[in-house]
Amino acid sequence: MKKQIKLSTGDKVFNIFNYGFFAIFTILCVFPFYYLFINTISNNDLSSKGLINFLPSGIHFSNYVQILQVPGLGDAALVSFGRTIIGTFATVLASAFLGYLFTKDNMWGRKYWYRFVVITMYVQAGIIPWYITMMNLGLVNNFLAYILPGIIAPFNIILVKVFVESIPASLEESAEIDGAGHFTIFTKIILPLIKPIMATIAIFSAVGQWNSFTDTLFLITDSKLFTLQFVLYKYLNESTSLAALVKGSMSAASNLNLASMQTPTSIRMTVSMVVVLPILFVYPYFQKYFVKGVMIGAVKG
Amino acid sequence: MRLAVNNNTIIKPIKRKKPDRYKLFFMALPFLILTFIFSYYPLYGWRYAFFDFQPGIPLSQSTFVGLQWFKSMVTNPTQAAEVVRIMKNTIAMSGLGILTSFIPLLFAVFLVEIKSNKFKKLVQVLTTIPNFISWVLVFSVAFALFSVNGGFVNQMLMNIGIIKTPINFLASDSHTWLSMWAWGQWKGLGWGSIMYLAAIAGIDQELYEAARVDGAGRFRMMWSITIPSVLPTYFVLLMLTIAGFLNNGMDQYFIFQNQINKDHIEVLDLYVYNIGITGGNFSFATVISMLKSIVSVFLLFIANGLSKLLRGESIV
Repeated sequence: MKKQIKLSTGDKVFNIFNYGFFAIFTILCVFPFYYLFINTISNNDLSSKGLINFLPSGIHFSNYVQILQVPGLGDAALVSFGRTIIGTFATVLASAFLGYLFTKDNMWGRKYWYRFVVITMYVQAGIIPWYITMMNLGLVNNFLAYILPGIIAPFNIILVKVFVESIPASLEESAEIDGAGHFTIFTKIILPLIKPIMATIAIFSAVGQWNSFTDTLFLITDSKLFTLQFVLYKYLNESTSLAALVKGSMSAASNLNLASMQTPTSIRMTVSMVVVLPILFVYPYFQKYFVKGVMIGAVKG
Repeated sequence: MRLAVNNNTIIKPIKRKKPDRYKLFFMALPFLILTFIFSYYPLYGWRYAFFDFQPGIPLSQSTFVGLQWFKSMVTNPTQAAEVVRIMKNTIAMSGLGILTSFIPLLFAVFLVEIKSNKFKKLVQVLTTIPNFISWVLVFSVAFALFSVNGGFVNQMLMNIGIIKTPINFLASDSHTWLSMWAWGQWKGLGWGSIMYLAAIAGIDQELYEAARVDGAGRFRMMWSITIPSVLPTYFVLLMLTIAGFLNNGMDQYFIFQNQINKDHIEVLDLYVYNIGITGGNFSFATVISMLKSIVSVFLLFIANGLSKLLRGESIV
């Protein structure tokens, strides 16, 4: 079937432009990360003067070691990892369980409760009333503020419900005949079957938790509960505090070496790398789950 | 999916004891309470819109002002001017998004024209990465590339000799709407094309074969087969964008805002934050939040109505 047809000139020109465009856009997407990376491993003095542009120079990795000593960053990393792990775990389990319950025809008022949850996707009170609520609930400067509001995500519940409905009902029925309760059916039969959709939800939720920024901005003033994203934002925005930080660590360091001494630029870029690395590492492996998630969402519309 | 449900009704599931109805409900109850607390209870906060609330003084001791805040939005010239400015920004940013919403579609249509599968896959994976990084990181990238002190772009421009002194791209109010749009495209274009790519993958290859036999060229096939096949997807996404017209979010604008570009970057959500949380004017901020939520619901109904009218399908 595949005849080797000679490409016409028009086709050739088209191909050049087409490949060219995608190559350029792809480079635009990747280059910034590469640029950050080469700057973090290059001579800090050159880097802060903007002389590292395409290739690293004076390679050293001390930025990644020194970053551990920057006060507050350890806490921030702990908070970021903590909220990502706990928050993801909570929302995945809750979505799975509630999504499953909503497939049970004989639940009292099922249709109405389902709508009760789904409507919240479209009707929101707005940020000020939400902020006041969080204050009233004592969720200001509280780690739970990262976890509790995100547990019920209507969209995830829809995904699970649709997925469970596609599982043959006979599976559950046979377990019921054997005398299994709802909880046993859920853990023994449903959970193993809905793993793919749970993976999708977990991935999206984890990225959301890791990247979340505004909740810290609104609700947290206690620096012990700052996330990495928030700390990075502060570094980007308040160069004075960063300069003070650098001075502090400078006096602590015994050997003053311009090439490896921390500068505001080096701290900023190294923290950026630390924040982006988990995503860069995880993303290629999980890309299919991301795509799957979008597709299921699209089917549901 | 529907089949499973139909089977269920035909076979007649085992008759359950009555208590089971409530047992199932009680199992769901904790989650319903969570939903209530975090999604319904805040609606009660709308009452702040009708008071002259000052942070620190409990609402019970604040004076009830009725619709004063709503009225002052129109009658008070300073506030009216502010609201007009914010709406302009919001409409400009969302409008740019809607006007250029066909770009991800074109991205997908042209990407499938690439014959090398490896290259295609590489482009797909790498261009979707920016979608998964936070706006803080996008700003960090912007900072590294565009800063006055040794940022990449300034270095390049000076090396080539186009400029003599570095330009402060970030602290500038020229083309704020456009640059915000451009960052949005950088972040979202690759990811936005994924749905279209899936739609294109589902097109029957025989259509192309038949067209080729009839002598159709590449562009003819794109225009008459590929694009019509992805238009339904485009339409649904467009309706969702229209429904979310006022929801630009605030991460991006908050992070990129500074004293210089503030006039053109403040969209609704950011404005509410700036006057409410930063400025302490909770009541007026609540008024804006509230109106925004109500208008958003209307927009959703309009988009849904349009979808029903034009395609006979609802989007929600």
